[in-house]
Amino acid sequence: MARKPLDYEELNENVKKVRYAVRGELYLRASELQKEGKKIIFTNVGNPHALGQKPLTFGRQVVALCQAPFLLDDPHVGLMFPADAIARAKHYLAMTPGGLGAYSDSRGIPGIRKEVADFIHKRDGYPTDPELIYLTDGASKGVMQILNTIIRNERDGILVPVPQYPLYSASIALYGGSLVPYYLEEEANWSLDFVNIRQTVAEARSKGITVRAMVIINPGNPTGQCLSEANIKEVLQFCYYENLVLLADEVYQQNIFQDERPFMSSRKVMFDMGPPLSRELQLVSFHTVSKGNWGECGQRGGYFEMTNLPPKTVDEIYKVASISLSPNVPGQIFMGVMINPPKPGDVSYPKFTAESKYVHESLRRRARMMTDGFNSCRNVVCNFTEGAMYSFPQIRLPPRAIEAAKRAGKAPDVFYCLKLLEATGISTVPGSGFGQKEGVFHLRTTILPAEEDFPAIMSSFKKFNDSFMEQYEGYSRM
Amino acid sequence: MRRFAADRARRAVAASLRGAASRSAAPSPHAPPPRHPASPMGAAAMAAAMARAMSTAAAGAPPVSLDTINPKVLKCEYAVRGEIVTHAQNLQQELQKNPESLPFDEILYCNIGNPQSLGQQPVTYFREVLSLCDHPALLDKSETHALYSSDAIERAWQILEKIPGRATGAYSHSQGVKGLRDEIATGIAARDGFHASGDNIFLTDGASPAVHMMMQLLISSEKDGILCPIPQYPLYSASIALHGGSLVPYFLDEETGWGLEVDELKKQLEEARSKGITVKALVVINPGNPTGQVLAEENQKKIVEFCKNEGLVLLADEVYQENIYVEDKQFHSFKKIARSLGYTDDDLPLVSFQSVSKGYYGECGKRGGYMEITGFSPEVREQIYKVASVNLCSNVSGQILASLVMNPPKAGDESFESFMVERDGILSSLARRAKALEEAFNSLEGITCNKAEGAMYLFPRLHLPQKAIGAAQAAGTAPDAYYAKRLLEATGIVVVPGSGFGQVPGTWHFRCTILPQEDKIPAIISRFKEFHEKFMDEFRD
Repeated sequence: MARKPLDYEELNENVKKVRYAVRGELYLRASELQKEGKKIIFTNVGNPHALGQKPLTFGRQVVALCQAPFLLDDPHVGLMFPADAIARAKHYLAMTPGGLGAYSDSRGIPGIRKEVADFIHKRDGYPTDPELIYLTDGASKGVMQILNTIIRNERDGILVPVPQYPLYSASIALYGGSLVPYYLEEEANWSLDFVNIRQTVAEARSKGITVRAMVIINPGNPTGQCLSEANIKEVLQFCYYENLVLLADEVYQQNIFQDERPFMSSRKVMFDMGPPLSRELQLVSFHTVSKGNWGECGQRGGYFEMTNLPPKTVDEIYKVASISLSPNVPGQIFMGVMINPPKPGDVSYPKFTAESKYVHESLRRRARMMTDGFNSCRNVVCNFTEGAMYSFPQIRLPPRAIEAAKRAGKAPDVFYCLKLLEATGISTVPGSGFGQKEGVFHLRTTILPAEEDFPAIMSSFKKFNDSFMEQYEGYSRM
Repeated sequence: MRRFAADRARRAVAASLRGAASRSAAPSPHAPPPRHPASPMGAAAMAAAMARAMSTAAAGAPPVSLDTINPKVLKCEYAVRGEIVTHAQNLQQELQKNPESLPFDEILYCNIGNPQSLGQQPVTYFREVLSLCDHPALLDKSETHALYSSDAIERAWQILEKIPGRATGAYSHSQGVKGLRDEIATGIAARDGFHASGDNIFLTDGASPAVHMMMQLLISSEKDGILCPIPQYPLYSASIALHGGSLVPYFLDEETGWGLEVDELKKQLEEARSKGITVKALVVINPGNPTGQVLAEENQKKIVEFCKNEGLVLLADEVYQENIYVEDKQFHSFKKIARSLGYTDDDLPLVSFQSVSKGYYGECGKRGGYMEITGFSPEVREQIYKVASVNLCSNVSGQILASLVMNPPKAGDESFESFMVERDGILSSLARRAKALEEAFNSLEGITCNKAEGAMYLFPRLHLPQKAIGAAQAAGTAPDAYYAKRLLEATGIVVVPGSGFGQVPGTWHFRCTILPQEDKIPAIISRFKEFHEKFMDEFRD
């Protein structure tokens, strides 16, 4: 019988190699249990609205008006929408001949890209060119596009932190490149160790791999650490000397939960360092509307900003963007409102500020509650969530638990997470989905469940964990 | 067929090879200069770093330069937003600075199927529902009834009930919200008269990402071939190039209204196989783009049988299913045809692509669409799901719109009458414009134009005098690109040269949309006629 083109064996091998645990085994099992009627708390993905976080009103008002422009002609519209939302809707509609229903420029609406450029200028103190800012359907599409531009074959290596957000490993597999892992140091608050990184690069090169790019995720996912200025400088210098393009995933830049290390963009630090590095180092920075205080994951809004890429390369990236015609226009408008929110004096400013502040402060409290909660559990050690939306506790599994996992045919952290899910309904992602050192196990959860549910969730976790440890370790030696 | 594209790719590869040769010979302008550190690295580490930097410098240019990027990116082309459009945008800027500087007042973009950018109005009911779903807090206000029709409010409630927590800002299931998929499946079943399942649907940001997903799945190397119509919508050629596969062309027959003959399919398939290519799939665009033909049922049956016999996946691009302008043709989905032939889900792998960008709704900027996949094994479906999950999900507003498009207002609904007025108004206007432009093109010396039975385009053939072809060659462009440029510069009308879509070698065409507003069509026709007559006078043999 002839092989059929969509027989499993015939599929693109690169597709088969892809792993994306965030919506993998644990999530599928949790969904099954949910269908059976079990209450599930989904903490597998950074999806704030799914856990009750409310959208920021202003953004929704603006997009609702852009969606139905005939409302703007209605005399009642002022009763339902504040004047500044109405003005802002008109502002964006004026930028889009044809409104939300027309393909925009393939790079995104020029007026919104200009707003993004202004935001970056204000944030960093250095001007940037709107022509080098491309809006995308979420940051993920931008990451995938850039990686596809860089990766030629399996001899092209991309330096990726371990643990990492598995979009990177999945995309590298999909495009047939090589992932060159650099390990973050858990004991030193998930910091970068350049001795280790240089070793890793040397090893890769000795195997014939051309290391092309370095990914940093700042603030980190799943690890949450915020890089210091000195850290970022080291990264920049390293990329410069090693001739790598730096891919700076900065989607969590608005989620900072400590005061010692505020967010600094890689671009800012690069320009602070001055020429020749600032004129030569190739950098692509990514941002999104899915995180921050906005959490508008479902809108699929994002951008990437290119620095020091040759014009001809930019042309090629533009060409590929044009094949998909344009990013979705409502998502672009969300991006505009996010980086250009209501200002003091605007009618919506007090409400907007109150709503954002509420989200931010609550996240900050939850980051602390979760870290402390995990640290109070037997055999669990957890670094503080300095930023982003996740907690990545280390679970010190006793040898008997590891054996039980083996017998069950599961990786130890998968085994633990499945048991956790079945006992408590808490759906997490095993650390192996993000990468970890051999023999060290973690899970990733989010800090997103509603604040009022936190005490119950943490105590439910503790109960499960401590009895799991008792089962597999015997009596506590306390 | 795509000589110029192939030439350009060859030149790019040759340049990169020359670049590599010159770099290994001597330092080139592209090699990074030796770097002098200003950092606190130790001397030994510094020396080691410098040594490494030099060794990578041998690999050459900065990491992301034309010489070092993915060659598949270099190879792919997309003329719809290509050179002629860039030129048009430059002219548009000139016009803005200097309104008198050109022989026309405005650029008329007839290059792209983007109806609302040219004044087509969105369907009111759809926008009402979307607006409410974007800002569900509105549903709790009593004033909402003054601004929105009550069935739109009702529909918004229904849709939000299908979304967990009414949270339209949350990532949905990676295939799209289940309840919306089920609704779409109901719409498909009503359209075709055969069962459809929401589990077979993957909602995507427009149809294009779904096409990319399938190409990614099917193509492992350049030995994998995909049969594509010539002329085709260049998403297919671009996607195949990007994924490193081989495009296996089959020619539509211009003489018979762009007929698709199974004999031609067979011929091309066998030729490809003889060259060692494993042909995986057949792309059929129905109604056609750029060609506008609507396949006859008999024809479709033969195509289904062909795919079954040859073990090909049938990739049915059906995004123009609601754009049919002739009485004697109807849209039949390929799934309906397959089922009516007695083929079940297991017998034939089939993918149908649909979009919210076309039809009478024309909501391009929303990026809504789906693929319906049937006849795939569970293991393969798992792989498709996995790839979809890496991007988490498509935009939720677009998903909602797809469900509205496949399940619009029905007789008895409050908005039904006004909805039908809008819908019929747009479709009948498109039909009139298609006819007016076709007649205009056919009335001109040296142009023949097949009817646009459906879709949104006309693809007239240019029978160019030898002198014109010579002038094009002298200018270093293809004759149709030369014509399109001259047309643009004289009239401001932007069309896409036929070489962007593929054509029988030695024939020349251009694709023009039927989308400018109806009241502009007479002026466009007269401007076009004036230009064309002058052009023919200039180059008549």
